[in-house]
Amino acid sequence: MKGAREGKLQRARDAANKTAIFGEDLDLDQFIHEAPSHSDVENLSVLSQYDKKELLSAGVDPDVKGRSGSFMQIDHSVVHHDIFQDGLEIMSIGEALEKYDWLEDYYWHAVAVDTDKYTARAELHRDQGYFIRALPGVKTVFPLQACLFTAKNGLAQEVHNIVIAEEGSELHIISGCASSYEVRSGLHIGVSEYYIKKGAKLSFTMIHNWAEEFAVRPRSASIVEEDGVFLSNFVCMKPVKTLQMYPTTYLLGTNAVARYNTIVIAVPGSFMDLGSRVYLRAPGTRAEMISRSITTGGDVINRGHIVGEVADSKGHLECHGLILSKKGLIYAVPELEGRVSGVDLSHEAAVGKIAQEEIEYMMSRGMSESDATAAIVRGFLNVDIMGLPDELQQEIDRTVNMQGMF
Amino acid sequence: MIENLKVSLADREVLKGINLEIKPGEVHVLFGPNGSGKTSLLMTLMGFSNYRVTEGTINFKGRDITGMSIYERARLGIGMSFQRPPTIKGLKTRQMVALCSPGKEIQLEEMANRLNFKDFLDRDLNAGFSGGEIKRSELLQLMAQNPDLILLDEPESGVDLESISLIGEVINELLERKPGKSHATSSLERRSKRTKAGLLITHTGYILNYVDADVGHVLYGGLLSCHGNPRETLKCIQEMGYQECMRCMIRN
Repeated sequence: MKGAREGKLQRARDAANKTAIFGEDLDLDQFIHEAPSHSDVENLSVLSQYDKKELLSAGVDPDVKGRSGSFMQIDHSVVHHDIFQDGLEIMSIGEALEKYDWLEDYYWHAVAVDTDKYTARAELHRDQGYFIRALPGVKTVFPLQACLFTAKNGLAQEVHNIVIAEEGSELHIISGCASSYEVRSGLHIGVSEYYIKKGAKLSFTMIHNWAEEFAVRPRSASIVEEDGVFLSNFVCMKPVKTLQMYPTTYLLGTNAVARYNTIVIAVPGSFMDLGSRVYLRAPGTRAEMISRSITTGGDVINRGHIVGEVADSKGHLECHGLILSKKGLIYAVPELEGRVSGVDLSHEAAVGKIAQEEIEYMMSRGMSESDATAAIVRGFLNVDIMGLPDELQQEIDRTVNMQGMF
Repeated sequence: MIENLKVSLADREVLKGINLEIKPGEVHVLFGPNGSGKTSLLMTLMGFSNYRVTEGTINFKGRDITGMSIYERARLGIGMSFQRPPTIKGLKTRQMVALCSPGKEIQLEEMANRLNFKDFLDRDLNAGFSGGEIKRSELLQLMAQNPDLILLDEPESGVDLESISLIGEVINELLERKPGKSHATSSLERRSKRTKAGLLITHTGYILNYVDADVGHVLYGGLLSCHGNPRETLKCIQEMGYQECMRCMIRN
C-alpha cells in the first residue's frame, strides 16, 4: 500500500502547478495552510449560536434531529462523528484508511489525482475529510449529515471524502459546507468520490454557505454499478467569490441512473462556473440534469455534458436561468455527445427574465407585481427531486425558502 | 360600463370604439369570428399591459379603472378565466389557489372535489394540463377569488361533453345563478338580488345550454354589433354566418 501512496504523491507533485480547465486560476500561495487544531466537540449543540446559524443554512442540524449520523470537521480537525443506526459507518478519512487496507484502492479511483493543481494539493496535504459507508442491504431511514467548516480566516482547507453505498443499500447524505461568521475569505478544495454498488442508491445533497470572499473548488466523481442510482443535489444561495466545479458520473452497470439537480443564486460579486457530466457506458443507463440558476447581479456559467457511448442509453439536460437584475450573466453551455446510434439525448435551455405574461397572470388573481414575482421565483427554485425522502425534500425547500431575499 | 373604447395591440388597432354596459346581475355573451377582438376586449378589461387603451374609458363600480393596474382591478372585483394561461413551473396549483384568496378561509379540498380536480392540486400550475383541465383550474382559482365581474374566455373549448355540464354548473354558482329551491326567498327575489355579472366568449354556444345569458353581442372587426337575445343571435350566426353581421352593421 505504501507503494500505491507513493505513486499518487508523485503524480500530485507533477501536477502541483497544473492549471484547471475551467475557472479562474487561483494563486494557492495566497492562502495559509496552518490552522490551530480544534478539540473534539461532544455534541454539535454546544457550538456558538452564530455558528449554529451558519450550519443550519447549510442544511446541517446541530440538534441532529431527524438524522441518522453526523460528522463535523473544523479547519483540519475532525471534531465530531456519531452514528445512530447499525450498518452505517461515518469517520474521518484518515481513520478509515488506517482501518481498511482496501480503501486505498478507492482513493483517487473515480477522480484522477493529477486532474489539476487543486486535486494535487489535496493529495499533498491530506487534511482529512469523511468516510461514509452503508453496508450491503442497509437502508438509512434518516439522512446522515456531514459538515465541513472553516473557522480560520484566509485558510486553505483541503478535504478528501469517500462515500460507499454497498450492494443493495440506500444512503442519504446532506453535506453542508460553511464558514464561521467571523471568516471572510479562504479556499475550500473538496475531493469527493462516490461509489454506488449494484442495486444501491445514494442521494447526496450538498449545500454551500460560504463567506463573500471565499474560493471553492470541489472535485467530485461517482461510479455507479448495475441498477444503482445516484442523485446529486447542489444548492448554493449565499455569496461566494469564485466557485468552479464539474462533477462527473460514470454509469458503468446496466440500468444505472444518475440525476443532477442544481439550484443556485448568484448575488453581485459571485462567480459560479458549474457543470455536471455523465458518461452512459451500459445499456439501459439514464441521466438527467436539471439546473435552475438565478442571478441578482453575479455571474453563472452552467455547463452540462452527457456522453452516450452505448445503444439504448438515454440522457436529458435541462437548464433554466433567470436574470433578475440589470447586471449579471447566465451562460448556458449544454453539450450532448452521442457516440453510437441508439442513444437518446436531448436538452432544453432557456435564459431570460420572468415572462411578463406570467407576472400579469398572477396579478389578475389579485397579487401585486412584487408578490407575483416572488411566487414565480419560489416556484422556479422549487425543483421536485425524484426519489428523495420527504424529510430531505422539506429540508431543501426550507433552505430555499429561508434565504430571506424574496 | 365601457365607453368608446379603442385599443391597440402592438400598434395595431384591435378594438375600434366599443360601447357596452353590463349591469350588476347580468350575463353577456360575445360572439365573433377568430381574430375579431373578443379576447382583446377581455384582456383590456382585466388590464393587461400589451393592450394599450388609446381612447375611451372603462368604469367599474362607479370608478374609472382605465388606468388601474391588473391587481387593483382584481382586488376591486374583476376576475378572468383564461383560455391559454401560462405554466408556472414549480408553483403548485394548491399554492396558487391559496394565493387567490389571501387572508380568507377557503374550503380548498371541497372546492377541488366539486370540480373533480383534486388530483391536480399538487401539480405545477397549468403544466401539461389538457384544455378541460385548464378550464377547471381556472374556475377553481375564480372560486377562491370570488369576483363580482367574471370574464370567461371560451369556457367550453377543449372540454369533453361530460365535463361541460360540470363547468356550466360551477359558472352558474359563481354568477349566483344556481337553480334550486329555497324556502326563504322566491326565485324571482333571488334573481332581482343577484349582483354577480359576467362576460363570456363562446364560439360554439354549447355553454349557453347550461348558463343562461341575458344579452348577446357580436364582435366583428373590432366593433360590436347586434345586441340582442343570445340564442337568437347564435342561431342567426349558425344559419347565415358572420357575413350577415357585417351586413347588419353596414345597414344600421
